[in-house]
Amino acid sequence: MNDDQSNLAETTLFRERRSRWEILVLELSKAPVSAWFGLIVIGIYCLVAIFAPLLAPYGEAEIVSTPFVPWSWEHIFGTDQIGRDIFSRLIYGARNTMGIAVITTVLSFAIGGSLGLIAAILGGWLDQFVSRVVDAIMAIPSLIFALMLLAIFGSNILSLIVIIAVLDSTRVFRLTRAVSLNVVVMEFVEAATLRGERLPWIMRREILPNILPPLAAEFGLRFSFVFLTVAALSFLGLGIQPPTADWGSMVRENASLIQFAQFDLKTALTPIIPAATIGLLTVAVNMVVDWFLHKSSGLKS
Amino acid sequence: MTVNDSNHTDVLLRLEDIQIEGFSDEKWHPIIRGVDLTLRRGEVMGLVGESGSGKTTLGLASMGFTRAGCRLSAGTVIFDNMDLSAIPVPERRKLWGTRIAYVAQSAAASFNPARRVIDQTIEATLRRGLTNRQTIEQDARVLFASLQLPDPENIGERYPHQVSGGQLQRMMTAMAMSPRPDLIIFDEPTTALDVTTQVEVLIAVRNLVEQHNTAAIYITHDLAVVAQMADLVMVLRYGKEVEQAETRQIIKAPEEDYTKTLWSVRALEKEQVRTEDIVLSIENVDAAYNQTIKVLQDISISIPRGRTVSIVGESGSGKSTVARVITGLLPPSTGRVRFNNDDLPASTKLRSVDQKKRIQMIYQMADTAMNPKQTVFEIIGRPLEFYHGMRGQQKRERVQELLNMIELEDRFANRFPSELSGGQKQRICIARALAAQPELIICDEVTSALDQIVQEGILRLLLNLQETYNITYLFITHDIAVVKAISDEIVVMYQGRVVEQGMKDDVLSPPHPDYTQLLLESVPEMDPDWLTNLVKNK
Repeated sequence: MNDDQSNLAETTLFRERRSRWEILVLELSKAPVSAWFGLIVIGIYCLVAIFAPLLAPYGEAEIVSTPFVPWSWEHIFGTDQIGRDIFSRLIYGARNTMGIAVITTVLSFAIGGSLGLIAAILGGWLDQFVSRVVDAIMAIPSLIFALMLLAIFGSNILSLIVIIAVLDSTRVFRLTRAVSLNVVVMEFVEAATLRGERLPWIMRREILPNILPPLAAEFGLRFSFVFLTVAALSFLGLGIQPPTADWGSMVRENASLIQFAQFDLKTALTPIIPAATIGLLTVAVNMVVDWFLHKSSGLKS
Repeated sequence: MTVNDSNHTDVLLRLEDIQIEGFSDEKWHPIIRGVDLTLRRGEVMGLVGESGSGKTTLGLASMGFTRAGCRLSAGTVIFDNMDLSAIPVPERRKLWGTRIAYVAQSAAASFNPARRVIDQTIEATLRRGLTNRQTIEQDARVLFASLQLPDPENIGERYPHQVSGGQLQRMMTAMAMSPRPDLIIFDEPTTALDVTTQVEVLIAVRNLVEQHNTAAIYITHDLAVVAQMADLVMVLRYGKEVEQAETRQIIKAPEEDYTKTLWSVRALEKEQVRTEDIVLSIENVDAAYNQTIKVLQDISISIPRGRTVSIVGESGSGKSTVARVITGLLPPSTGRVRFNNDDLPASTKLRSVDQKKRIQMIYQMADTAMNPKQTVFEIIGRPLEFYHGMRGQQKRERVQELLNMIELEDRFANRFPSELSGGQKQRICIARALAAQPELIICDEVTSALDQIVQEGILRLLLNLQETYNITYLFITHDIAVVKAISDEIVVMYQGRVVEQGMKDDVLSPPHPDYTQLLLESVPEMDPDWLTNLVKNK
């Protein structure tokens, strides 16, 4: 009996507290309605993006009918100015627009986050140098700057991603640096330095876990903004190039349809639909972020 | 218990069967479990207990106030024949600040940094509206003068950051006294101060309270302080009264075992031992921040192996800077640090991992010294992995061993720092330092943030570890009681210089240099007449 007990103690001693999966399920069961709404919307968007070829009735760039066909069963949201099926393009657009937004946001966090951490830990001239460069970039209106850079490097998807990511990383840098500075002065960071830990360890293990909540919140917001920037650039004609479908350019291409509201209300709604798609996703992402923020910054700490 | 109930007019405050509950984890937990207290005009009651005993909660309750998330679930608070628990909050608020005042532990956090001190001092009195502003300001200046503040006529014109901590603490007392309240609640008003400043504040507070016949509740964990200040002492534990008696009696002959253990803490003492084998020596070190602000001047200290050297001095004396020089965080501008008879590179960056391993550090605030997002296992395990390359089963066993060495159970390995008490946190920090198997541990004020009982536990642990593993300590502290308990040698520092150094008994016995004399004199003793005698001799 006694042996049993000590064995039990032995095995439970270093047991994982609770697996990540268990924590996730537990948290989800307590999540508010808004968070559930956000999660479900994001889930649907992701499914649509992944299974686009299966879901779309027509091809992405396929000209299937005459231009500006009104809403019908054959073409749910009608066709655009050269006769492509708008519903299909909307589905493919999820792939392009969201894919680009995700990659861009991750990239801007990789750049801005690591630079911010390094600047906060090392300080000195390096911090001064990076901060001033960031200030200079931020002083230029980002949309105009992006337009200029796109004009220089040509508007292909790669330069679109890199340019938006770099411009956006300035804000990520500022946030990361500011919140890290509060953690860097803590004695456990000094203890790690005295122990002889290297920079990557201090960045990743000592500081990053402590600044994750504000960064995650910022991630959601940045994601939405990147989305809007891509859409805005596409609207201006320098973003994703035709015939690739994306929601921003779809708004632009069909914008003039709105004038027909007095003759055919449904057709006039056509440019609103891709805009609403963007809006809904933005709202959904921010609902999830709000929930996460509430969880991590609540009464616990 | 000699409170005379026949003299009803004299009774200012009566707490009857106070029960307070706090809300956490979606449940109400009792904090105060039925305490009675009677305080007459002009009387000072000392509330003593370790942290978590509910002394602050009870102190606030005597104002008819509970903190957010707490509630008065039973009992009555009768102040000057008014039932505070029955009258509505806006009515109570009229009493607060004018008839009942509260002096918080941290004056720096209680003053509004954007307003002049004088405006804040007279705010409550002005609100009471008995007389005009000039009279009140004049009265405040008189209070400043009686609190021994320098330049009492003009010091009120300053902003809070322009005066020192001790001065601000006295100004807060002036703020509390300004409306001539009937009752003042002092919540650890001197805990954050140096001993030399503490004495001044204590004298000033005691004189004022006596002069105006104010009743006071004095909350503290420092028994020697309470012995000077209070007429009556109540000992609290787990939200219940352990014992209550007149100060002289409770100090001479405490009845309860718990009270006796509280009293015995200061008895911890260690025999000094002389050793010639020097582990670390600092030779003629000067150090400055930003190359301009000189903090250390010509410091030479040598630390013998397996012994404890204590550095004492008030804040700003440069004692923590010595630690920064030794660890290499602040390279000295001149002089050198020698370790095992070899020169240590001045900067941490230039030192080898092995050199870093041999000198470990324990901090004052265990809260900020541990990463809140790492478990105890990760915190203790990292130096094992980093310095000794331990992994898997071996690392687990060693962590277990270290936890046992610091007298904690194995199950603590899975906890996060936020799930530990103050003393447990400090023990984990000790374990982390031990994990490296160092030769020298620098302890920077490691017990100052802890209660006396917890303090004693930590000091005993450190002494045991020293005996078993022959570890050397450099102990930085401003607490002379701690110095007596743990050191073999003492270094007294003042304004960046070493005033005196030598074996403990030599330094602690006369003759002393002036500063050492002042420092030793300022340490409160358990004798209730100590402060009175000190004032008389001055």
